[in-house]
Amino acid sequence: MRFVPLAVAGLTALVLTACTAGKEAAPSLGAQPKPSGSASQALPAATLELWHGFATDAEAKAFEDSIAAFSKKFPQITVKTKKGVQDDQITAAIRGGKAPDVAASFTTDSVAQWCKSGAFQDLTPVIKQDGIDLSVLPEASRTYTEFEGKRCMMPLLADAYGMYYNRALMKGSEPPKTLSELTELTKKLTVRDANGDIKVAGFIPSAQYYENSPSHLGPMVGAKWYNDDGTSAIGSDPAWKQLLTWQKELVDWYGYDKLEKFRKGLGDEWGAEHPFFKGKVAMILDGEWRNAMIANDPKAKGLDYGTAPLPVADDKPDLYGSGFTAGTVIGVSKGAKNPQQAWELIKHLTTDTDSLVTLSNALRNVPTTKAAMESPNLAKDDNFKTFLDIFSHPKTSTLPANVNSVFNQDAFSTFMASWEKGQVKDLDAGLKEVDKRIDDKMKLSGG
Amino acid sequence: MASRAHAAPPSRWRRSEGLRALVWLSPWLVGISIFFVYPLVATVYFSFHRYDLFTLEFIGLDNWRYLFKDDRVWTSIQNTLWLVVFMVPAQLIFALGVAQLITRLKSGLGLIRTIVYLPSLVPMVAGTVAFVFLMNPSTGPWNQLLALVGITGPDWFGNPAWSKPSLTLLAMWSCGNMIVIFMAALLDVPKHLYEAASIDGANAWRQFRSVTLPMISPVLLFSTITAVIYALQYFTQAMIASRVASGSTDSAGSVFTPGYPDQSLLTLPQWLFHAGFRDFSMGYACVMALLLFAAAMLFTTVLLRRFRYAEEVS
Repeated sequence: MRFVPLAVAGLTALVLTACTAGKEAAPSLGAQPKPSGSASQALPAATLELWHGFATDAEAKAFEDSIAAFSKKFPQITVKTKKGVQDDQITAAIRGGKAPDVAASFTTDSVAQWCKSGAFQDLTPVIKQDGIDLSVLPEASRTYTEFEGKRCMMPLLADAYGMYYNRALMKGSEPPKTLSELTELTKKLTVRDANGDIKVAGFIPSAQYYENSPSHLGPMVGAKWYNDDGTSAIGSDPAWKQLLTWQKELVDWYGYDKLEKFRKGLGDEWGAEHPFFKGKVAMILDGEWRNAMIANDPKAKGLDYGTAPLPVADDKPDLYGSGFTAGTVIGVSKGAKNPQQAWELIKHLTTDTDSLVTLSNALRNVPTTKAAMESPNLAKDDNFKTFLDIFSHPKTSTLPANVNSVFNQDAFSTFMASWEKGQVKDLDAGLKEVDKRIDDKMKLSGG
Repeated sequence: MASRAHAAPPSRWRRSEGLRALVWLSPWLVGISIFFVYPLVATVYFSFHRYDLFTLEFIGLDNWRYLFKDDRVWTSIQNTLWLVVFMVPAQLIFALGVAQLITRLKSGLGLIRTIVYLPSLVPMVAGTVAFVFLMNPSTGPWNQLLALVGITGPDWFGNPAWSKPSLTLLAMWSCGNMIVIFMAALLDVPKHLYEAASIDGANAWRQFRSVTLPMISPVLLFSTITAVIYALQYFTQAMIASRVASGSTDSAGSVFTPGYPDQSLLTLPQWLFHAGFRDFSMGYACVMALLLFAAAMLFTTVLLRRFRYAEEVS
């Protein structure tokens, strides 16, 4: 029996050593004295590890090109990149003590948790130290990169959402400016066969269609997600009801089953068979990156299309020109081996005009600073310029960082799917139920 | 006294026997402690905490209470149970049937065996994507083939009523491992038992019931338990089918909701993963993990008892 306590002691020692392994404290950002003089160049030599989500070779190369200018400026700093990295991989690496120095994410959904938990370091001290004026960024971009006063991320490139329309299918009609005009034009442009099956849709109102998520549609009616006290505003903000009522009327006009049959036959959003490329849908809600996809697709290259801001609620004409924005975010992870050098790289990528313009020209995403947007070197045709204007519109909004960001969007999207299917009899009660689900989860998460 | 000494060996001997047993068991003890006991204890511990993957805060029973507010978790349990109740028997019956047929083949055995096993070699993700594309109601060839014989094919992975049966078809297509195991068991049944049963006048069904089933029951038990546990942990195929069928993906301001269509493919492991790694609610995910563990234990215990009972009766 004396072996039992011995075994327990041994196991405990093993568990404790396993738990504490790799917990050696890494230098934190701003803790190290900054080299004097101009001399960020005087930073000690280091090899930085940067993880990002760009997956294709062309995207990764564009990002490498942008980093090349940094490497010229800081020859003593080598940057090693890893492409195609997702949020959960970043989180796992930071937890496991194998964090990269710098990590970039395509979505803003994890920002609140990363800031709150300290998974990414607060950049505020070094931003102040280096005198960076954050007002060069639109308010929306500032909003989705910070949480509760902690700025743990910087916006790298942004996405802005607007409307694409097929000129041939529009038959001379101008893009709609209000939801009523959108409804009217949709009815006019939709083509059905003898059975009533949809052959060409004017606009697909389904929230399950590609980019028609509640966060992308919400700015059309100026809807807000959260109250000032942090609770869900979905049930109390009449704008959501206005949006859902408009959406349901249009779904019902198509006939839910007919619309679903058509939608399900459309295939992959990211492939060459995109219905907008194939002339199956006259108007779509999409991000600025669709311009590049059209330009790079041999079959879609010749597509005669235009872009415009999304139509807005009839009673809120001042919203016209605005839209939804979010984008790629980048920060210094907890446990970064070279935080000071990592910050220099982030500063270069997110505030250096030439770097942003190079990256934007290559990836066809919206550059985030005003200087980059106004740069003469920024390639901007009319279709792309629409999105630059949407991004810089004062009423353009985003999904504010929230500890339950994924859950909240998921809860609302699911509700919208039930609503358009006709499964919700009382819209007000249904929206209140969404509020309750979100608030209950928020309480659990300590939000 | 002599008999007592005989019955109970000297304590030194017992100690040395015990030590020897411990030494031989130590690799297993270390393994089970690190890979089972420690994670299990940690899971219970985390279930009482708000754990966002980075910080821990004790919140008592809040995660457990939330289980009753989360309607999605009950949907996922229903879907998972559906798979256990319908998919597992379908797989077992199909695999056993195919194995029976193959073992009776006189020629071409190697070729047929290879063809039947091939789907098991296809990576899960690729196989699922291919299935969803093949069964696409508008562009896939399945419904076009059905249309040739006058049948209007359903919206396999897009209709909540058909999505789980479609997954079951996928599971049956890829159950080559199970077929091979059954084949080995069937070939192991002594031929003379069938001969004796035949002389006694037993028809094929009677032979199957009274000879084959009892003889392969240990293998059947093993396959059933592993299939049930696999169904309880069903994740990849449901997630991929759901994602591909929905045609959507994560992008800025747009998140993919697992379980499309209408949460019909949302299994408990998917919701657990979503809560833990997408929602950063690992404490709550631990509650679901414990629920899953309890379900697996319950199913295994019930199955073991049923099989033992059936063995005793037979």
